Amino acid sequence: MTQKLVVIGAGMASGRVLEHLFEDAPGTFEVTLFNAEARGNYNRIMLSPVLSGEKTYEEIVTHDADWYARHGVTCHFGTHVTRIDRDRKVVVAGGAEVTYDRLVIATGSAPFIIPVPGRDLPGVVSYRDLDDTNAMIAAARPGAKAVVIGGGLLGLEAAAGLALRGMEVTVIHLMGHLMERQLDPAAGYLLQKALEARGIRIHCKGATKAILGQDRAEAVLLEDGTTYGADLVVMAVGIRPETRLATDAGLEVGRGITVDDTMVTSDPAILAVGECVEHDRQLFGLVAPLYDQARVVAATLQGKPAAFRPVQTATKLKVTGCDLFSAGDFAEGEGREDIVLRDPARGIYKRLVIQQDRLIGAVLYGDTADGPWFFGLIKDGTDIGPLRDTLIFGPSHQGGATADPMAAVAALPPEAEICGCNGVCKGRIVQAIEAGAQTLAAVRAVTKASSSCGTCTGLVEQVMALTLGPDFAAPVRQGMCGCTDQGHDDVRRLIRVKALKSIPAVMQELGWKTAGGCASCRPALNYYLLAEWPLDYRDDRQSRFVNERNHANIQKDGTYSVVPRMWGGVTTPDELRAIADAADRYNVPMVKVTGGQRIDLLGVRKEDLPAIWADLNAAGMVSGHAYSKGLRTVKTCVGSEFCRFGTQDSTGLGIRLEKLLWGSWTPHKVKLGVSGCPRNCAEATIKDIGIICVDSGYQISVAGAAGMEVKETEFLAATPSADEACDITAAFIQLYREQGQYLHRAFKWVAKVGLDKIRAQVVDDLENRAALVARFELSQSVYRQDPWAEHAPAAARRQWAALADLSQEAAE
Amino acid sequence: MNWIDIGSLTDIPAQGARVVRTALGCVAVFRTADDQVFALEDRCPHKGGPLSEGIVHGAQVTCPLHAWVFDLNTGQAQGADEGAVATFSARVVAGRVQLDATRLVRRSAA
Repeated sequence: MTQKLVVIGAGMASGRVLEHLFEDAPGTFEVTLFNAEARGNYNRIMLSPVLSGEKTYEEIVTHDADWYARHGVTCHFGTHVTRIDRDRKVVVAGGAEVTYDRLVIATGSAPFIIPVPGRDLPGVVSYRDLDDTNAMIAAARPGAKAVVIGGGLLGLEAAAGLALRGMEVTVIHLMGHLMERQLDPAAGYLLQKALEARGIRIHCKGATKAILGQDRAEAVLLEDGTTYGADLVVMAVGIRPETRLATDAGLEVGRGITVDDTMVTSDPAILAVGECVEHDRQLFGLVAPLYDQARVVAATLQGKPAAFRPVQTATKLKVTGCDLFSAGDFAEGEGREDIVLRDPARGIYKRLVIQQDRLIGAVLYGDTADGPWFFGLIKDGTDIGPLRDTLIFGPSHQGGATADPMAAVAALPPEAEICGCNGVCKGRIVQAIEAGAQTLAAVRAVTKASSSCGTCTGLVEQVMALTLGPDFAAPVRQGMCGCTDQGHDDVRRLIRVKALKSIPAVMQELGWKTAGGCASCRPALNYYLLAEWPLDYRDDRQSRFVNERNHANIQKDGTYSVVPRMWGGVTTPDELRAIADAADRYNVPMVKVTGGQRIDLLGVRKEDLPAIWADLNAAGMVSGHAYSKGLRTVKTCVGSEFCRFGTQDSTGLGIRLEKLLWGSWTPHKVKLGVSGCPRNCAEATIKDIGIICVDSGYQISVAGAAGMEVKETEFLAATPSADEACDITAAFIQLYREQGQYLHRAFKWVAKVGLDKIRAQVVDDLENRAALVARFELSQSVYRQDPWAEHAPAAARRQWAALADLSQEAAE
Repeated sequence: MNWIDIGSLTDIPAQGARVVRTALGCVAVFRTADDQVFALEDRCPHKGGPLSEGIVHGAQVTCPLHAWVFDLNTGQAQGADEGAVATFSARVVAGRVQLDATRLVRRSAA
């Protein structure tokens, strides 16, 4: 006796169900197949090659008309099922009714459309089926602009396909790195680099605000104000299970249609399969588990016992030239260990995550050949203890003798390349050593080996050890922190020569040993990057110490102190009134005069910060940066304006310097003093930079300190001109910005470099001084602005308050 | 479990934290670079520093006051420092952050 089987949806999962049924139980089922798309089953995964033009639709069809006819399937393609009547066991479609004994719902998923203005404009498409793909192909004129919203698997495949068709493509991604579900930040960075190399622009941390256009999409506007022109906008931000029919029919639906292990819904006559399904609170989007579900559906329909057990799945990106593989769980966690292999020159990154001697996750970039082997280890839960030392090198390196690295280097022929960046072979290094280069620095100077990216430094040292024998003492290298062996100066040099412009880029290219750095290296890297690339790099607040992140100084009880800037220590009655009002309004427990000639409001609650800033801003005041590794204060005396001994307008010069320098970030804090005569009331000779006015002009001295160390400044230059005094000051600060190690005050830097060398660059060499001033000005064009004003607006205040208040919640 | 919705994942900066007030004091809800969330007592056992204001690196946070480092999974101080903060269950469901409030809400007087 045949059973009437109705299938709603002709996707990859239901296609597989039918294949199983016709193979295992031919003639048992009389099948009616509905599909909303006007066609039958095709391989949806292969839409990307269709989009890029590498395949045609005909090539990806899995079941053609002939196949349906041969198996007696009644097809209703391009027909929407509008209702399921469970009592009468019929489905309703376009006025007609079809009865069923068993029903399989395979409605798949619908693209998630972000609710922004302009989403309905012509030219905005999603990327889900062949119609979407054809719409994109039709719009893809070479030179036209496309914006893809969403940097996940689907979005990137769409972007790559459109780029291959000659479009100018921009990808907007909400998260900090691409494919954040499948990749960690380092691999995301490599992927971004590879896509950018093929001309695709990537904008991470970009939130779409609106799609602009009159009659059709013309541009995409982001929350940060960026606008990208767009003849075509592709929304690929995600999918959600298509459950409307099931919900209307009163079936149990969570995020997807709820099924048990046998794929049966809350109605025993109805099964569900594919992306529309929720099993054990999980949704499924990759094809492997869907095929497993299809096998179980087919068995259940035939009354055979079967149970769906989701297994681990692996992801591969189908963008030609980007080899990418991820599987399992690669989040960091207690008891989890990472094995990381980075080969920056070859663009290879491999990360294995291990827990209790089991491999639980793998991310591979650049070389994915071992992916299936790792995936097997994850699925099988193999004890990898015995393999651990060589695990990351893959199956071809298992077994065999332990490699002695020195023996390996000794065995290298003279023509073997040691330094890939500079093309230096082993023979050349040996030659240089035999010619007298006894230190790494000397070898580097003579051969250039290890002078660029530095990753071959260890190899060069091994060659030296082999050549020099016991005479060679490997230098002790002091890393910035436990995350790297590279020192501060090397990291800065490499940021420059390798044009690294983000923290993940530095960590990847320089072989960081931790996934996210630490509280010591992150602020340093953030500073080095913003000092090196003022226009390209955007300050990373999350890599800043609390005071700089919150633009106020945290106190021992978690409250903050607020210090408005008083230019040159000069204030007005109006400013003082505004400060007094703010102190009253926000119940400031202490108002104190600081050593830097300004007023400190101590004990302000974090959630009040934006409001108190807004009040101070309204009175014309800005942040005093009393918290920053940057320009703090310029302390002055009253000078020739009032003082009977004053020789020059020291107050005026101090204000001018403060207006020139404020907002700049430096390796450590910078304080200035300008005194109007050698009596030095502004205590200029214990500042980072001190200027003493004399009858003939200005004496500039630097490198003083009055903290844990007390040190008098040293004379740098004298000039009759206030303009030149400002230029020399700016040039000195810029050189300190470029050379100083993070958290070294200026006096430490001066001691390391030598004042004579600094004087030659900022005083004597006029051309170089002008270049330093120009670079400082360029940076200041970005940073000479008030951070309080950025956070004070009402719209920005929410993030300063608590996320939620459960203190009034009562237990049930 | 008593899951309470406290906000959207995007309300918490990646590698950052936000605070939730509770009857037992503040709870810091962290979001890591790979979008995991963790909820810990927002009070360093050393000198009471607000951990929510620390730098988040990997699944760890460094206290802003005196640089103690805590594992976000366990709340245990790392390295030579000894101490721990309470941890609470947190999860992300469809982009929303939920906190298990079983131990956090006020017991009704009934």
